[in-house]
Formats: sequence, structure tokens, C-alpha cells
Amino acid sequence: MRSERYIPYVLILPSVLFLLFLFAWPLLEALLLSVRGSGGQWTLENFQRMAADLYFKDAVKYTLLLTVVIVPLQVVMALGMAMLLGGISKGRDLFLYVWTIPLGISDLAAGIVWLAIFTERGYLNSFLQGIGVIQQPQLWLSYETPWMIFLAVVAAEVWRATAIVFVILVAGLQLIPKEYSEAAEVFGARPWQRFWKVTLPLLMPSLQVALILRTILALEVFAVVVALGGRNLPVLAGEAYYWYNAYQNPGVAAAYAVIILGISVVATILYLRLMRSKQEGAA
Amino acid sequence: MNLRWLYLFLAIVLVLWVLIPIFLIATLAFSDRPSVFAWPKGLLPQQFSLETISFFFGVEGVWKAIRNSLTVAAMTLVFSVLLGAPAGYALARYRFAGADAYRLLILMTRAFPLAILAIPLAVQFIQVGIYDTAFGVALVHTALALPFAVLVTSSLFLGIPKELEEAAWTLGCNRIQAFLRVVLPLALPGLAATAIFAFVISWNEVFAATLLTLRERTLPAFLLTSLNDSPLPFRFAGGFFLIVPALIFIFVIRRYLFTLWGIANR
Repeated sequence: MRSERYIPYVLILPSVLFLLFLFAWPLLEALLLSVRGSGGQWTLENFQRMAADLYFKDAVKYTLLLTVVIVPLQVVMALGMAMLLGGISKGRDLFLYVWTIPLGISDLAAGIVWLAIFTERGYLNSFLQGIGVIQQPQLWLSYETPWMIFLAVVAAEVWRATAIVFVILVAGLQLIPKEYSEAAEVFGARPWQRFWKVTLPLLMPSLQVALILRTILALEVFAVVVALGGRNLPVLAGEAYYWYNAYQNPGVAAAYAVIILGISVVATILYLRLMRSKQEGAA
Repeated sequence: MNLRWLYLFLAIVLVLWVLIPIFLIATLAFSDRPSVFAWPKGLLPQQFSLETISFFFGVEGVWKAIRNSLTVAAMTLVFSVLLGAPAGYALARYRFAGADAYRLLILMTRAFPLAILAIPLAVQFIQVGIYDTAFGVALVHTALALPFAVLVTSSLFLGIPKELEEAAWTLGCNRIQAFLRVVLPLALPGLAATAIFAFVISWNEVFAATLLTLRERTLPAFLLTSLNDSPLPFRFAGGFFLIVPALIFIFVIRRYLFTLWGIANR
């Protein structure tokens, strides 16, 4: 048996090497790129240029606002959908399939789909005209109405990415033994109480995973925003893209990437801390 | 009984919420130019036409972008399965020191924003000479798909009883034969789902693909960079064409969706 001990290591080695080269090393490289000048000296120049940029403040503001609005909406909606699924017997598989279709839809495609709705001669304006609110097509997605672009991005993101949260929560629900809920029912707990006192606390690990994953993804929102508003609604990942592509400045682009990473790490730690104390409080 | 109807009603509302936007973009993709710009629009298509979609395929660079997308996605599929499946098998079958650390490494990779990888890699790829190639993009996409591949295949192999493999050994198979003849056929549907999932991840990815290419654009990268100076019919047809494979793939792997996401997040 001794000769077999190396087998698992041989099996995981390729993937470890790959991840070292394509995760660990670029991560380090990005950090270095952001704190080095063109001559290779240590500098905060990239961060200063980033902070002084016209778009920087708005990019931070809109990225955070989008995350704060989208993620809770998705979690509440996905939780509702997961509960709803439990109350449906006929056609359950069909509902499951249709509700999870957005899992396969890219952010760019989702942005274009909602562009068809929010554009000047789009379906939203046609609908508003139909019910008599407006007579002429309204221009919604312009720099003069960033809040309307914001709303369109929220709609597109909720439409596209709620399914991820939904699937994680349903998978989590399947792990909770039915006995708990049944026991609570025997003791006279009403459905609402069973949800709050039994199901939700037991679902905490899945909720945590869903929240962390969705928050990280929301912080790097990019293609949806570009499709709907171009640069009229600046976001962090978009700025990283413009600085790399249009301005040919990898240093400042890396600084943006580091900011995104920083916020993601802080958010993850916050979730881990906050939700742990909640779990302990519930126990 | 009333509650049941309410549930059903809400479920159908959610179905419409998902399907109507897809229906609308499909309508636009299959109508003529005047209907795309028509005002006000009706919900139902006025007239079926291939004008918009054929205009899209007629634009220079579209076919090349589609070819690039397929190449990148196929490479991503192969790389992720070849790198991920052995690791998944190791996690499922062996208890070894470092297994938990490895699991953690895999999970951690999911917590990093793509921008932090794509920007330094773009700089490095230029120096190594794989910038603006399908191979370079596929490497980054594999980094995205690999964590899924490892965790999913691990749960897949866990579901195949070890006894079957051991029985094959006693019947004279060596380890590799036993794997190929007993485990692999049982794991094949799940492996196919994993592969398809990797394909979809690559097909949909736009940020890294845009940063890492210049002329050899994938379809999403091509669409994104030409958004600002392309007419609406082009964008709508492109958006629709991006969605189509997703619809098919999600249908094919629908049984495995919960394994993919459920396990992959633990």
C-alpha cells in the first residue's frame, strides 16, 4: 500500500500548478503592477491618478450602490422562489427548468436584452404609450438620467443572476431534514414561524455562500452596464477596462482591480463575521 | 386549496418574468429593419423576417468571432476536464494530507474578481507571445471553470461505489483498466455535464476575452467592442445569438444543475 500514497498528489498536481500560474501569480503581479511606476520604482502614483480621475468617485458610488440594491433583492426573491417551489407539486420540474434558464445567459446578452426594453423606441416606452403615460418616445438611457440607467442595470441583473442564488438555496434546502419542520408543526408552529425559526437558521450556511458569491460578482459588474449605458454609469470594472484598453495604462487599471479585490475581501470577511454571530445567537 | 392557486399564479408570473424578455429579443432578431425601429411596438411580432439576423451574420468579423469563440470554449472544455477530473477523483477516493488545504485553494479562487487576473495576464501574455490568441483566452477561462470541474467531478466520483472498482481489481484489472472500464462509463453523463458547463462559462465570458484579444476577438468581445458604433438590429441579433446555446445547454444539463451549484458551493 505504501506505493499508493503518492497517487492523489500526482492527480492533483496538474491543477495545483495551473492555479499557481493562473491565480496566485497574476494576483501577486496585479498588486505589484498597481504599486510600481513605469520605471519599476515603488510608487502610489497609479492610485493617485485613479483617485484624481473624473470618473473615480462615481464609479465607486455606483458600484457600491448597485451591489447594495441588487444583492438583497436577489436573495429575497430567490428565497421566495425556493419556498414557492416547495408549495408546488404539479409541473415542478418545468418551473425549475424555466427559472434556471438565466444561469446560462451571459451578462452581455442580458444587457442587450434589457436594452431592447429600455431603449428609446423600446418595449417600455411602447407600453407607457399604450397606457397613455407618454406620447413621444422618451430617452431613458442617457447621461442626463443616470438613475434610469441604474434602474435598467438593476432589472437586468436581477433578471439574469437571481437564478444562481435560487439554485444555491434550493440545494441547501434539500439538505435540511424534513423532521425539523414537522416537529415544529407538531408543537403548533405556524408556517411563518417555521420559516423564521427553523428553516431560515438552518439555511444560514447556504445563504452565506450565496451572499458572498453574489456580492463578489456584483462588485465586478461590467458588460451589463456597458451594454445599457456605456460610460454614462461608471463602474469600477468598467474603469479598469477603459484604463487598460483605451488609455493603455495597465498600472491604473491594476489599481482599479486592486480596489475591487479590496472591497470584495472586506465584504467576504464581514459576511463571515456577521453571519457567524447570528448562527451562534440562533443556537 | 386557494393557497395552491396563489402559488401556481406566482410561479407562472416568475416564468413570464424569465421568458418574456427572451421572447422580445427573439422577436426583434427575427423581424425586418422597420419593425426593429417601429414605434410604438406591439408585444407580438408584426412580420417574420430573416433580415436582421442575416444582416448580423453578414457583418465582417462575425463569423471569425464565432469561430474564435467556439475554439476557445472547446479548449476550455478540454483543459478543465483534463485538469479537473483527476483532482476530483483524488478528492473522492483518497484521504490524503493536504486535501482540505487543496479544497480551500479551490474555493478561494472563486473569491477573486476577474479583473485582478485579466490585467496582469494581458501584460504577461504580450511578453510570452500568446496575447491575442485563442489559447491565451482559453487559459484564463480554464482558471474560471476549473474550480467547478474539480468540485463537481469529486461529487460525481463519490457517487460511484468504490466496491465496483475493487471488484474489477480482484477480477484482474489494473487501476487504469478498472477506471476506464468501470468508473468512466458510469461517470460519463456527469463528466459531459461538467464539460458543457465549462463550455458555457467560456462562451459567456466577456471581460477577460476583451482584454486579452485585439484581432482574434471572441463573439462576446467582438460584440462588446462594437456596441457603441453598431446599429440596434446588429446588437439585438447578436444578443439573441449569444443566448441560444445557453438555452440548449441548460436544457441538456438541467438534471445536474443542482449538483453543479449545490456541491460547488460547499
